[in-house]
Amino acid sequence: MLLQVRNLRCGYGSLEIVKGVSLHVDAGEIVTLLGANGAGKTSLLRAIAGLLPIWSGDIRVNLRSVVGEPPWTRISHAMMLVPEGRQLFGDMTVWENLLLGGYHNLDRKRAIEDVYERFPHLKGRLRQLAGTLSGGEQQMLALGRALVARPRLLLLDEPSLGLAPLMVREVFNCIKRLKEDGVTVFLVEQNAVAALEIADRAYVMETGEIILEGEAADLVTNPEVRRAYLGKGYKEIWE
Amino acid sequence: MYAIVAIGFNIIYSATGVLNFAQGEFVMLGGMVAITLASFLPVPVAVAVAVAIVTLFGCGLELVFFRRLRSHSILHMIIITIGLSIVIQELALHVWDEKVRSLPYFTGNEASSVKLLGAALSPQVIWVLGTAAIVVVLLQLFYKRTLYGRAMRACSSNLEAAMLVGINAGNMRTAAFGLSAGLGALAGCVISPISMTHYEMGPGLAIKGFAAAILGGLGNPMAAVVGGLTVGLIEAFSVSVIPSAFKDVAAFAILLAMLFLRPHGLFGRPSGVSVREV
Ligand SMILES: Nc1ncnc2c1ncn2[C@@H]1O[C@H](COP(=O)(O)OP(=O)(O)OP(=O)(O)O)[C@@H](O)[C@H]1O
Ligand SMILES: [Mg+2]
Repeated sequence: MLLQVRNLRCGYGSLEIVKGVSLHVDAGEIVTLLGANGAGKTSLLRAIAGLLPIWSGDIRVNLRSVVGEPPWTRISHAMMLVPEGRQLFGDMTVWENLLLGGYHNLDRKRAIEDVYERFPHLKGRLRQLAGTLSGGEQQMLALGRALVARPRLLLLDEPSLGLAPLMVREVFNCIKRLKEDGVTVFLVEQNAVAALEIADRAYVMETGEIILEGEAADLVTNPEVRRAYLGKGYKEIWE
Repeated sequence: MYAIVAIGFNIIYSATGVLNFAQGEFVMLGGMVAITLASFLPVPVAVAVAVAIVTLFGCGLELVFFRRLRSHSILHMIIITIGLSIVIQELALHVWDEKVRSLPYFTGNEASSVKLLGAALSPQVIWVLGTAAIVVVLLQLFYKRTLYGRAMRACSSNLEAAMLVGINAGNMRTAAFGLSAGLGALAGCVISPISMTHYEMGPGLAIKGFAAAILGGLGNPMAAVVGGLTVGLIEAFSVSVIPSAFKDVAAFAILLAMLFLRPHGLFGRPSGVSVREV
């Protein structure tokens, strides 16, 4: 088990947002977490990444508890979060963003070369400020910056948010390729159809709790999931 | 002179988003410690040791007052720096009393002068300008060319993202405090022969340094130098126009005018968010 979350509770102030979530991600899997706006998905990921203090429960990466460790030590467990909204270093160049992705990777030059291969488009824009990239380019850079650290476990928070359909497909293809390259992916998505298509397993979260879990293929046909997440809106997003 | 204080503001601001109102105290401490040491050490050694001591002092302040802070909100941190400024002045008053002191001229003396482009300059002025120039160039190289400099910029650009890529934000903040304290101390030493050192000199310097930093635009050491020179010049010229008792008013006027008219400085780009809660 690469990532194991047990009975995790956290929130803001006295407001409980994540209410006892348990889940796990095995090495080599793509696992997706679905849920409506405000379900607490981002809060859960932030807690796993160490950005949000947890109230109780346990988070284990590679069977070792990381509870209480500051966020910057997560990469020593080969774990990396690509946060919601990209969070690039907007006033720094594309190249500097990539370089900082490899802050702890002594082999960062090679890792950056690999990112160019994955996203050839970025290579032509190395001197451009990250904040001036288009939405799609920013998402590529956010992914690229994370990959320079060579994570074994990648947490992605809505990587398709705000992207045009073609770009969405590109992002999902990229995630599939990551799996082939041996990266384990925990993917938070609103775009349930596309996420279930590439995922091995899935969790569904509602108001801070996991209400459903199972094989992605089974969830696609689950009437409850279809009603809640694949029904309306699905056509506009995917077609 | 104000330029170096402005740079000090910039360093901490760049790494943490915080305006350190105790910046002027670093300048004062640098001068005071060097003067004390110079009574039994050669001046260059005294200056070097003073800079080292104040650097450690700056790191120590961060470790003691900021490291354990539960919420690193900008406002909390700024208020702490104001408090520190007052406490450090009180301590300095107790340690060094209220006498105005100064270091000897680094080269030559009050009477000697150097001809430069037809103008006669005190050799110490050359020291001040030279120090400022070297500091700016080195800092620029640090920020733009080294991994740690870039990591420091990353912390100000997006703190959470910086932590996610594995940058130890706490250590970066400590380093920024140390660096800006050390530079402040260096400034305090080189100006001491000209402007004297006094326990109360900090806040006035801080305000003018802040005016210079704002004038140039926060987050850019090169612009801070231009801002610093501008504030210095305006102050010098204002004496010929308005009574010198109002000389300090000039700096405040610049500060207010800039804050109203161009909050991101003459050279700065609008950043959208000027105060972030972290
Ligand atoms: N910093 C914060 N302070 C207080 N409440 C917050 C904060 N961040 C999020 N919340 C609240 O926590 C709840 C869950 O937010 P969260 O961002 O985790 O949801 P989400 O599932 O990621 O939603 P979305 O799909 O829209 O991204 C929301 O009701 C939100 O208002
Ligand atoms: Mg979210």
